[in-house]
Amino acid sequence: MNKRSTTLMTALVFGFAFLYVPILSMIVFSFNESRLVTVWGGFSFKWYGQLMNNGPMLDAAVLSLKIAAVTACGATVIGTLAGLVLARFGRFRSRTIFSGMVTAPLVMPEVITGLSLLLLFVAFADLPFVPNERGFSTIAIAHITLTLSYVTVVVQSRLSTMDDSLEEAAMDLGARPAKVFFAITLPIIAPAMISGWLLAFTLSLDDLVIATFTAGPATNTLPMMIFSTVRRGITPEINALATIMVAIVTLFVAIAGISMSRQEKRRQRDVQMAIAANK
Amino acid sequence: MAIPAERPGDAPNQGASPGKRPTNKQTPWTDDKAQPYIRIERVTKKFGDFVAVNDVSLSVYRGEIFCLLGGSGCGKTTLLRMLAGFEQPTSGQLFIDGVDMSDVPPYERPVNMMFQSYALFPHMTVEQNVAFGLKQEGLPRAEIETRVGEMLSMVKLQEFTKRKPHQLSGGQRQRVALARSLVKRPKVLLLDEPLGALDKKLREHTQFELVNIQEKLGVTFMVVTHDQEEAMTLASRIGVMNQGRIVQTGTPHEIYEFPSSRFVSEFIGSVNMFEGRLLEDEPDYVRIASPDLESTIYVDHGISAASGATVWAAIRPEKIEIATSRPLSQQNVAQGVVQEIAYMGDSSVYLVRLASGKVVRVTQPNIRRHDEEAVTWDQTVYLHWHPSSPVIVTE
Amino acid sequence: MSKPSYVLLGERLAMGVGQLFTTLSKSPPYRWSSGVLRRFGVTGRTTVIAIPWIWLLLFFLIPFVIVLKISFAETRWLGTPPYTPLIEHVNNQYQLRLNTGNYWFLLKESLYFEAFLSSLRVASISTIFCLLLGYPMAYAIARADTSWRNILLMLVILPFWTSFLLRVYAWIGLLGNNGVINRMLISIGIIDEPIIMLQTDFAMYIGIVYSYLPFMILPLYANLEKHDLSLIEAAVDLGCKPWKAFLKITLPLSMPGVIAGSMLVFIPAVGEFVIPRMLGGTDSLMIGRVLWDEFFSNRNWPVASAVAVALLIVLVIPIMVFQRFQAREVGAAR
Repeated sequence: MNKRSTTLMTALVFGFAFLYVPILSMIVFSFNESRLVTVWGGFSFKWYGQLMNNGPMLDAAVLSLKIAAVTACGATVIGTLAGLVLARFGRFRSRTIFSGMVTAPLVMPEVITGLSLLLLFVAFADLPFVPNERGFSTIAIAHITLTLSYVTVVVQSRLSTMDDSLEEAAMDLGARPAKVFFAITLPIIAPAMISGWLLAFTLSLDDLVIATFTAGPATNTLPMMIFSTVRRGITPEINALATIMVAIVTLFVAIAGISMSRQEKRRQRDVQMAIAANK
Repeated sequence: MAIPAERPGDAPNQGASPGKRPTNKQTPWTDDKAQPYIRIERVTKKFGDFVAVNDVSLSVYRGEIFCLLGGSGCGKTTLLRMLAGFEQPTSGQLFIDGVDMSDVPPYERPVNMMFQSYALFPHMTVEQNVAFGLKQEGLPRAEIETRVGEMLSMVKLQEFTKRKPHQLSGGQRQRVALARSLVKRPKVLLLDEPLGALDKKLREHTQFELVNIQEKLGVTFMVVTHDQEEAMTLASRIGVMNQGRIVQTGTPHEIYEFPSSRFVSEFIGSVNMFEGRLLEDEPDYVRIASPDLESTIYVDHGISAASGATVWAAIRPEKIEIATSRPLSQQNVAQGVVQEIAYMGDSSVYLVRLASGKVVRVTQPNIRRHDEEAVTWDQTVYLHWHPSSPVIVTE
Repeated sequence: MSKPSYVLLGERLAMGVGQLFTTLSKSPPYRWSSGVLRRFGVTGRTTVIAIPWIWLLLFFLIPFVIVLKISFAETRWLGTPPYTPLIEHVNNQYQLRLNTGNYWFLLKESLYFEAFLSSLRVASISTIFCLLLGYPMAYAIARADTSWRNILLMLVILPFWTSFLLRVYAWIGLLGNNGVINRMLISIGIIDEPIIMLQTDFAMYIGIVYSYLPFMILPLYANLEKHDLSLIEAAVDLGCKPWKAFLKITLPLSMPGVIAGSMLVFIPAVGEFVIPRMLGGTDSLMIGRVLWDEFFSNRNWPVASAVAVALLIVLVIPIMVFQRFQAREVGAAR
C-alpha cells in the first residue's frame, strides 16, 4: 500500500481539483466588486442584490423549479414501474423492445430527443392528449421522458440486490401482489426512489437543449436564460446565481449525509446489542 | 422424535423413544385406508431443457414431519416451491387436503413457508412481522393481538415484540420466522433448510423445540434439507432425492438400516461397500464372494436377485467389530492393518487396510477411559460382523 | 425508535395505500371487471407493464417515426408546419411523396460528412481522456475505507448537481485571454503573452471531459466495488506482482464497467452541442451544432431531420453495445 497508492492519490487529487477549481473560481468572483469576472476589485455583495432584482431571471428560475418538481414526480412513478418490470417480471413478450426503449434515452444525444419531441408536438397539436401550446406541459413531458430512464436504472439496480424472498414471504402469508409492492417492496426501495427523484429533478433543472426545442416562444427556463445571457456577454450575476445553487446543494447534501451516518451508527449499535445479548 | 419401527409392516413400537407417548396414529403410511394430506402426483418441472423434478409422486399424511433429503441440485427445493406456489409444475398435479392446487396462487394456499434466509421484513417490528399474515386475512385487531401474543410466548420471544430484525440474533430471527408462519394455523408448513444457519449447539436445541411445537400444534411439516443429522432427528419419514427423483421413502430407521440402493446407502452416514458375486441364494440366507475379502460374506436373510449376479454388500462402520486375535468363524471375517485412527472423543474411527488394498472404516465407542490393550497404528487386526449386519443392494 | 418521523409517515402511507388496494380488490365490482379484462389478456401485471410502455411509445418511439417521415419531406418556407406532408390526398387518391433529396444533400455536401467525422473523433478522444482520468479515480474510491467512500462519491456527484451550464461558463472565465489561468501564468513570468485557449478544440475537450467525467466514474465505481479482493490476494500470494495482478485480474473484470462508462460518455458526446458552442472555435465542427443551426438558423426542418436520422444510424451499434453491457451490470433478469 505504498507506491501504488501515491499514484492513485495523485489521480484523485488532480481529478477533484479539476472538478472543483471552476466552481471555486465562480464562488470567489461572485463577491467581486468589479464587473470583470477575472480581475479582483474588492469584496462586495452587489451582484447578489442585482440578481434579486433581476425579474426575468427569477421568473425563469421559478418556472424551472416547477417544471423540475413535476418532472421528478412523473419520472419517479413511471421509472419505478419500469424498474419493477425489468427486475421482477421475468420474460414477457415485448421485453427486448421494452428494455431498449427504457434505456435508450440514457445515451441518446439530446438534440435528437429534443427535435423529435418538438416535431411530435407540432404534428399532433390537434389531438386531445397533446398540448396545443408549447410551454410548461410540453417541456415537462419531454423532461419526464428523458429522466425516467435514470430512475429506472437506479430502481432496477436496487431491486436486483434486494432479497426477493421477502416478497415471496409476503405472498406466502396471504398478501396479493399489489399489497406486497406497497407494504414490502416500496418501503425498502424508498431510498433508491428518492435518489431517483433527486436525479430527475437535477437533470430537468439543468437541461438546456430539450427545453429550447420544446418550449414555446413565450417560455423561458433558467438554463435558456443563462445561455442567452452568456452569449450576450458575461455578467457576474451569473456567478452569484451559481454560488447560491452550490450553497443550497451543499447544505442539502450535508444534512442528508449527517442524518444517514447517524442512522447508520444507530443501526450498528443495534446489531452489536443483539450479538451481545445472544440467546 | 423419529418414530422407530423394527421392520416395515410391524406393529408400532409400544416401547417408547424417550419423551414420546406412543399413539395409535404413528404410522399412517402403513394404513391402506388413510387419506394423504399432501398428494404429489407425477410432478415434473423443467427449466428449459433442464429437468429439475422428474416424475415425482409422494404422499404425506397429516401430522407427519416429512423430510426431503438430498444434495444440492437434486430438486428438493424446487419441489417445495411448487408446493408453496412459487413455481408451477410442467406436468402433474399437487393436492393439499384433497384440493387441486393447480391454479391456486401462493397467497390463497393453506400453506405457509419458512424461508432459509428467514425473510423477515426489515422495516417492521417483530410484532408487526408476526401479525402480517393475520392482517391479510382481515381479522379484528383484538384477535390478531391475542394470537400474536400466544405465538410469541410459544417461541419464547415475548420480550422482543418491539424490536426490529436487525436487532435480533440469528436464533431469535429464526424463532420470529417460525412464529410468523405458524400463527396463521396453516394446514402445512414448509421449511427450507430450517437449521442451516445456526451453530451446532443451537441447532440441536432448536431441533427438539421444532418437534415439540409441531406436536403441540399438530401441523404437518414438510422439511427440505441436505443435512442428514437434521433429517434423522426431525423426520417421521424421509424422502431421499437424487437428480430430480425420489429414490427411497421411509422412516429414518428404514433408510439407514434398509437402504434400497447404493446411492442411498452411501448418502446416509458412512458405509463400507463390498462388491461381490452371488454364490448361493436361498430364501433364508445368501452367500457372496468378494474379491476384497478372503472369506465369504454370509447374510442371514434372502434377497431377490439372479444367481451369479453382481451385488454390493453394504456394512455400516459401527456394525463391524475389531479383534486382535483371529475369530473362529470362517465367514464374515477380514484381516487387515490399522492405517489411521481418528479419536472423536465419544468414539474412534479406524481405517483398516485389507490385504486386497481396500480400506475399511470401523467405528467403535470408547468404552474405557484408558485402555492398555487398545488397538493401535500398524497393528494387525481382524474385522468381523454379525450375519444380519450387511445390507445387499443391487444397484 | 430509529427512523425519522417523515420516513415513518411515508411508510405508514405506503402501507395504507396497500391496504386500500387489498380491500378494493376484494370487492365485487373489481372482481367482475378484472375477470372480464382477464379474458382479453389484461391483468394487473399487464397494466404495470403498459404504463411505461405506452408513455415511451407515445413520447419516444413515435417521435422518431415522425423525424423519419419529415426527413423525407421538402421545406415549405411559408407554411406552418414548414414542411410538406408525406401523404397527400390528390384527386381522391393517396399519394406518397417521398423526397430523398435531403439525404442526397447530406451526402453531397462535404460539410456534413466532415462534421460527422469530427464529432466521432472528438467524442472518441474525450472518452479516452475521461477513461484515463476517471479509472484511477474510480479505483481509488473503490479501494478506500468504507467511511471515506461515501464522502468521495458525494464529492464526485456534487458538481453534477450544480448547473451544467454555469460550470461550463466558469471555464470561460478560467481560460479566457484575460482569464485566471493566463493572468496567473503571466504574473509568475512563465509566459509573456496570453495563451489562446478559448474558442479552441483544446477548450472544447476540457469542457467535454469536465462535464462527462462523473458519467465515467460512476459505472466504473459500481463495477470495481463489487470485485472480490481475495482474488488479488490469492494472485499475489501465488507470486504475482501487484501491477501484473491488476492487468490480469482487475482490468478484465472491470471491462463491462469500462464499456458501459465509455458508451455513456461517447454516445451523447457525439451529439453534443452546448460545449462546442460555448468553448469551441468556429472550426470545431460538431454534428450537434450542425443540427441546431439547420433547425433554428436555417429553419430547414427536413434537412435537420435527415441529419438526426443519419446520426441515429451512426450511433445504433454503440447504443446496442451499451444496452447489452448496462443490462449485465445492473443485474440479470430472473
